[in-house]
Amino acid sequence: MDVLLLSRLQFAFTTFVHFIFVPLTLGLSLLVAYMEFKWVRTGDEVYKRMAKFWGKLFLINFALGVVTGIALEFQFGTNWARYSAYVGDIFGSLLAIEATLAFFLESTFLAVWIFGWNRLSPKLHNASIWLVALAANLSAFWILMANGWMQNPTGFVLRGDRAELESFAALVTNPFAWQQFFHVLFSAYVLSGFFVLGISAWHLARGSNVDFFKRSFQIAAPFTLVFALALVVQGHHHGSTVAKYQPAKLAAMESHWDTMTQAPQYLFVIPDPANERNLVEILPVPGGLSMLAYHSFDAEVKGLRDFPEEDRPPVLLTFASFRTMVGLGFLFPALAAWVWIRRKNPESSPRLLRILPWVIPLPYMAIQLGWIVAEVGRQPWIVNGIMRTEDAVSAGISLGQVGFSLILFGLIYGLLVAVDVYLLMYHGRKGPKSSGGNKIAAAESESGFSARPEGASA
Amino acid sequence: MLEITWFILWGVLWAVYFALDGYDLGMGTLMPFLAKDERDRRIMYNAAGPFWDGNQVWLITAGGVTFAAFPATYAALFSGLYTALMLLLFALILRGVSFEFRRKVDSERWRKVWDFCHVAGSFLPALLLGVAFANIFQGIPLNAQGINEGGLLDLLNPYGLLGGVLFVLMFSLHGSLWLGVKSEGPIADRAAAMAEKLWLALMVVVVLFLVMTAFATSLFDNYLNNPLLFVVLLLAVVGLVQARVFLGKRSMLMAWGASAVSIISVTLFGVIGLFPALLPSSLDPAYSMTIANSASSQLTLKIMLGVVLVFVPLVIAYQAWLHITFGHKITDADLEYEEAY
Repeated sequence: MDVLLLSRLQFAFTTFVHFIFVPLTLGLSLLVAYMEFKWVRTGDEVYKRMAKFWGKLFLINFALGVVTGIALEFQFGTNWARYSAYVGDIFGSLLAIEATLAFFLESTFLAVWIFGWNRLSPKLHNASIWLVALAANLSAFWILMANGWMQNPTGFVLRGDRAELESFAALVTNPFAWQQFFHVLFSAYVLSGFFVLGISAWHLARGSNVDFFKRSFQIAAPFTLVFALALVVQGHHHGSTVAKYQPAKLAAMESHWDTMTQAPQYLFVIPDPANERNLVEILPVPGGLSMLAYHSFDAEVKGLRDFPEEDRPPVLLTFASFRTMVGLGFLFPALAAWVWIRRKNPESSPRLLRILPWVIPLPYMAIQLGWIVAEVGRQPWIVNGIMRTEDAVSAGISLGQVGFSLILFGLIYGLLVAVDVYLLMYHGRKGPKSSGGNKIAAAESESGFSARPEGASA
Repeated sequence: MLEITWFILWGVLWAVYFALDGYDLGMGTLMPFLAKDERDRRIMYNAAGPFWDGNQVWLITAGGVTFAAFPATYAALFSGLYTALMLLLFALILRGVSFEFRRKVDSERWRKVWDFCHVAGSFLPALLLGVAFANIFQGIPLNAQGINEGGLLDLLNPYGLLGGVLFVLMFSLHGSLWLGVKSEGPIADRAAAMAEKLWLALMVVVVLFLVMTAFATSLFDNYLNNPLLFVVLLLAVVGLVQARVFLGKRSMLMAWGASAVSIISVTLFGVIGLFPALLPSSLDPAYSMTIANSASSQLTLKIMLGVVLVFVPLVIAYQAWLHITFGHKITDADLEYEEAY
């Protein structure tokens, strides 16, 4: 146990929890904005109720995304001070731009949306949630430009004791960062789509609010299918950028040990990193890996043995995460296609309706595994090829300090995740409030609690 | 020149953060004293409801700008004040979710839990930010490597603690004035009465703080070298006095505005006194984090300046619109509103 290890654990843990909440907000904000748009266009109250119901689930997540996001910004300074000082010129500016351009917009107009139902015209009100959706996605863009820079640093020069910005254009046209941005975006949309489909299916299977959830289902179905398909195609291209810019990561993702041309793709592999080989390699597709990585059967794929041992990422974790993520990634379009076929009449397939709620956790898993591939696969570098993670950790902090914060993060985040899941299930199951009447007020009077004053003794 | 512009912007961002988040943190701190029943608590939650999140982003931006424009200071400050900042963070996390969670389950106990998080999560940031900034004003034991040699307890020196008290009072006054703007009836009266008491206490602490500042810090050096700068301090005092005058007339919005002016001026007073350091070392002035040894490259400063000059006025415009659109007094109709907290 040392400060480095605990700091890495803390950063990994806080990022993972942050990324439980964020992907849903990226896609659900768009779906909610679209639902409200349909209401503004058609005047059909069902769409308004849809925007409110799915909006409530969105809000529960959004608050958690915000507060856990602050924790990440803080940690660059608290735990990774040497990293901050070394690359702040570039990395810090991307974070600051994110806050100035996107985060203000998102937080301010979300408040407008929450409190503005009766105070703004429907069009202006709808515009506020479109702004929130735009800002959320813009926010993801800047964060992934920052992370993309750590994966494939561009537009800088090493001068003295730090990296300095040389070309802002090179920074924001980083091909790796763009691939990663689309990869995260599409996967977040797939997650949001299955979230809506899963909850809708749960209600449809029980025959509650059929019209409401059928329409929700029909809005989410094409959205999910389009992005599930796009994700597979884009994921392949993303893999090629990894091959090009991070060959060691690619080799770890594939547990590929020896440099060779016409590298085969094995369908089943059991890595044996201790002996720098694979224990089991079966079902080879000749030249498959060369083809997938470089679009040519004859391309040379570098093996892990060709990298100095101290420059190799952890193989087992990267490999297993990658394989599982890809497996899930192929499952999603298949499920989405099934959904698409049944979209006109989802009730007619009880099996589909039974399965869909259970699908909800899968894109969450895939996204977390993707982060493992991206971040663990980059090790031992914090900035690929430029700075090692071990050189990035703060010099002046103690084991006790980091241990204390890690324990508190564990307790508080554990509580938050539990509450989040509980609230999403509680409100997801409860369904939308019936049109007219105030359900909260009704529930309160049922429970003997009143929002209205009952005299000073209350 | 670019660096100095950034130093000023850095100070202004912190000042605006304190003037905005200050009132919702202050209201949260005062909740046990001003709310007599559930309806009062809901009024207080809703008085902050549409604003607190946008206000808090100023903290993220102030932090982000420190990172971008003065990375070495960001590194020394955030790692140097590790435990204090973590406590601040945990407080802000629990407070942030208290808004969203409180009304999502209909149970008295559930609400009590989140009310506690809300109050603690409002009071602690005010206190910790005050302690932190007072310690920055007097310098922390930074060594030649930019590492803080002191511990958490070293921050709890008399001047640091007085800074904490100053911030708590300043924010509480600001919060009670905002509650006066947003509410009517008995709770508004209580808020005004509380503001009068807080104002008196704050005046005493301000005088004490200024006297101690003269002894514990070298903030006044810049002012003695350039007496024109005393205008900032004067503005802080005028803001405070005006806040009391408007409060006496029960002109709450004006009083809140005057209080905002005083908070901004108090912050800028400290920042100007620090110049050209951002984080002085109490061991040796040569170890201080200054504009010169911690600023980013010219290119980064230039690009960031462009971003900030275009977007911060835009942010101010739409946040001002937010405050105007939702600046009305909270009525029962607002509390019935299903999205209300």
